[in-house]
Amino acid sequence: MIELPALGWQSIVIFVVFALSLLIATYCTYAERVIAAFLQDRVGPDRAGPYGLLQPLADAVKMFTKEEFFPGGANKALFIFGPCLAMITALMSSAVIPFGNNVSFGNNSFFLQGIEVNIGMLWVFGVVSLGVYGVMIGGWASNNKFSLLGAVRAASQNISYELAMGMSLIAVLMMSGTLSLREITLQQSVAGEWQFWNIVKQPLGFIIFCVCAFAETNRTPFDLPECETELVGGYHTEYSSMKLGLYLFAEYINIFVASAVMSVLYFGGFNFPFQYELRDWLVSSQGWELASAQNLITVLGTVGLFAKIFGFIFFFMWVRWTLPRFRYDQLMRLGWTILIPLAVLNILITGGLILFGVIK
Amino acid sequence: MQLTNRAKKLEKKPMTLAERAYLPAIFQGLSITMRHFFMKKATVRYPEEVRPFSPVFRGLHVLKRDEQGRERCTACGLCAVACPAEAITMVAGERKKGEEGLYREEKYAISYEINMLRCIFCGLCEEACPKAAVYLQPDKIAPPRYERDEFIYGKDRLVEPVSPDARSVRGIQLTPEQADSLRNKLAQQPA
Repeated sequence: MIELPALGWQSIVIFVVFALSLLIATYCTYAERVIAAFLQDRVGPDRAGPYGLLQPLADAVKMFTKEEFFPGGANKALFIFGPCLAMITALMSSAVIPFGNNVSFGNNSFFLQGIEVNIGMLWVFGVVSLGVYGVMIGGWASNNKFSLLGAVRAASQNISYELAMGMSLIAVLMMSGTLSLREITLQQSVAGEWQFWNIVKQPLGFIIFCVCAFAETNRTPFDLPECETELVGGYHTEYSSMKLGLYLFAEYINIFVASAVMSVLYFGGFNFPFQYELRDWLVSSQGWELASAQNLITVLGTVGLFAKIFGFIFFFMWVRWTLPRFRYDQLMRLGWTILIPLAVLNILITGGLILFGVIK
Repeated sequence: MQLTNRAKKLEKKPMTLAERAYLPAIFQGLSITMRHFFMKKATVRYPEEVRPFSPVFRGLHVLKRDEQGRERCTACGLCAVACPAEAITMVAGERKKGEEGLYREEKYAISYEINMLRCIFCGLCEEACPKAAVYLQPDKIAPPRYERDEFIYGKDRLVEPVSPDARSVRGIQLTPEQADSLRNKLAQQPA
């Protein structure tokens, strides 16, 4: 058995996660169009390849071959830097998400996770909030009033909703006592005892987090930074070619990451019901080795996590084609006067329940 | 005055808590869109799937031949006169000796052109024709083209081919099954 250094394993995982993020973002464009079509009694793109599955490739070729346009008076360096930053931050945030439990072969045992850090949730928050700079810089550098308005909207919207998001998260952290996403996942399913996923203990917190995730990823009904009907294209009005593609890609990767974070925080991450019973059954009555049974559970858990993530991505798109856009004052009122007080209330309730030992 | 029974009386009263919470309305909307997700789709995948034509559909013109394969058109010009869109132009010529197998009448159309961009497919040419030469086919439409001049159909594209087997190579092609079903449908129509 080859000895694989931990760093090598991590780099493999990170590369796979990177490739997967790009693949998922690519096919999100296809999924979005097909889901939009199905929700409107149409069939969507079905010409390129079987069921139109090659459509994202055709779109990519289109994006890459379009004219690169620089508006007059634009700050060229920042104009290029904006979409790059949006893309980098979107890709960085998936590094700490635990995509599976440990796999072991030979004497090696590794986690299906890029980096295990004890500040995982803080990392995601920090990187995601950097993402607004990509939008801000792009909108500013375009030298266009619509772009600037979109960028300003994006900035104020993200700042407002990050507050409520962070506070709804605090309730989860109070229960878990750790910021490590891996720890939070493992706590949601413990062998040999009844343990529910956090959604059961934190329904209000989940709703707040979910609404804020929509706002953070600039998705309808909170897609004010790029709303076509008012701002032409918002912050990416002046962008063309693959620079526009990077912005759109970053949005889909953000959705992927937001879905992953919601699955991990509230829906048990890579846990699935009766996993320990399945493992024990395999070991005791099927004669499997403990390690290989654990590996099977890990693989099934990873598949389960991706099923949850895809479910959330579908939910994002489903909501987009159902709800109309909020007005800007409604957006701000919802964020500041409803979600933040609710999040504080949620913290108080959680604190009370922990104090009286109802949940732990 | 009430015009329909669908009018809804609006009352301006303060919203209930459920309405202000907004979430029930969202779930209602989500359930509506989800119902549509599973509904039958309205899309007709056009080139592969052709929407059935009515038996009396007026499509692309054809200049018929008679039972001996001679062109029926005698270039009288009545169709051009009848045409409200002035889409038809023709040049008449005299039949030479030895051409009796080609043209039925002594006078025939040297050129006969229909501009499909002008044509409104009203069928007045068909009604005006005394020789039963021009018909609007119920199973073919003028297909899209890239250039405007490609829409001016001359005799090369209008006159029915001599061989009956070759008679549907132009325009929108029906599959044999579609042609059969159309034929059956036409046969069932009362004369």
